[in-house]
This record gives sequence, structure tokens and C-alpha cells, in this order.
Amino acid sequence: MSPIPASLLLSHALFAIGIYGILTRRHAIGILLAVELILNAAALNFVLLGRFFGQAQAQAFALFIIALAACEAVVGLAIIISLSRNAQTVFADHVRLLRG
Amino acid sequence: MIVAVAVALAALVLVSAVWVVTLKNLFRAALSLGLVLLGVAGLFIVLEAEFLAFVQILVYVGAILTLVVFAIMLTAKLQSPSPDVPASRQRLPAAAASLGLFAILAAATWPLGWPKAPSADAVSVAALGQQLVTTLVLPFEVVSLVFVAAMVGAIAIAAPRTPRAPAP
Repeated sequence: MSPIPASLLLSHALFAIGIYGILTRRHAIGILLAVELILNAAALNFVLLGRFFGQAQAQAFALFIIALAACEAVVGLAIIISLSRNAQTVFADHVRLLRG
Repeated sequence: MIVAVAVALAALVLVSAVWVVTLKNLFRAALSLGLVLLGVAGLFIVLEAEFLAFVQILVYVGAILTLVVFAIMLTAKLQSPSPDVPASRQRLPAAAASLGLFAILAAATWPLGWPKAPSADAVSVAALGQQLVTTLVLPFEVVSLVFVAAMVGAIAIAAPRTPRAPAP
């Protein structure tokens, strides 16, 4: 039996748990942690299939995912720090300045 | 042997991923994210992608997680638990949505005809580096540009607004 479908189930589960975290967390940093889970699921998929089909570019794309996750975390945390300074809150649903 | 290691790492990843999204204490959730990242790095080693495993530990556990922990501590005084503000919301619809998504993804990928064994040798670091400077040189350079933009943007967003000194 091929080991790929079971391994894909792992990354699907990681992705679904990340979606659950995004939908339920109220704390902005908690949402950011869930996004990191989703990005890891994508990178794991790239590495798994790249190993089985012998593609070096798959690992390169996993590398790009890690790099862009770093950028995303930096900008997201800067926004959260600025939010906590200006709006005095870190909860994503307390920020309703632009809501009509 | 290698299957047992992979299964143990997968169990570690799944359990700590559930901790990441359910633990009330955000600091503990961040530490569980560290466990997830280490587990994924272990899975990279199982998949013979050693370079990526080291990059994962260096960048994710070393840099991003430290940053997240710093942000949690900087905003700690704003997240005091109050009874009228629950830590999470809409749990049941979210669980239904994510389970449905998982079922759709599993149903889409499970019946496909996958190969039983790897069709080629493991990708060497040399081949990866060669790809990065030949075929993928443009995305590689674009990523470095994105890094600079993110760094400048983060400093511009998070720097305190100091009143401009009056011109003499």
C-alpha cells in the first residue's frame, strides 16, 4: 500500500485544524498561529510529493513558503503591536472602525 | 522502523496542532506551535529533506516563534481574562466547516492512483541549490524583495509615532 494517501491525510488534518483556529480564535495572535499551521500543511505537501516524484523544485517552493511565512508573521505582528497601542485591544472582533 | 518514527511524529504534530487552536492560554498555544514545527521538521528528515528541516528549525522555531512570544508578552496586559469576553467563538459551526473541508480534501485525494514507492532518488541539496539559481532565480529574487518590503513595512507600522520636531 502506498504511503502517500495516509501522509496526505495528515496535511489535510493540519489544514483543517488551522481553518478551525482561524474561525474560532478571537485573539489576533491566535489567528496568526493558525495561519502558520496552514502554511506548514502546504509545505509538508510540497515536500512529500516532491520526494515521491523526485522533483527538486518542490523543496524550493517549500523554502519559499517558509520565507513568506516569516514575512507574514513579521507584518502581522507589527500590525498587532500597532493595534494594541492605538486601539487598546488585541481581539480581532473589537476592531470595527471601518464597519458601517 | 521509519514508519514507526513517521507515525509518532504525525501523532505529535496532530495533538499539538489541536492544542494550538484550543488552549485558552495563548503563551501555551505558541509553545505547542513550536512542537508542531519541530514535528514537521522531523517529518522533513523522514522525507529526506534535511536542508528544509534545518531551515524550518532555524527560521520557524528560532525566529518566528521568538517573535510571536515577544508579541504575546508585549500585549499581555490587554488580554486579561474577563468573564464577558469568551476566548473563542462559534465553535460548533467552525468544527463542522473544518471537518467538512477535511472530508472533501480526503475524498478528493484518497482514491487517486498513487505510486507505491518513490520514483527517483532523494533530492540532493546541490540539486536544490542549482534549481534556485537557474530555473527559479526570478522567484528567489522576488522573495528577497518581499523580505525587504516586509521589513520596512513592519518598522513603519510598529514604530511609535513621535511628534515631528519643529524646524529651527
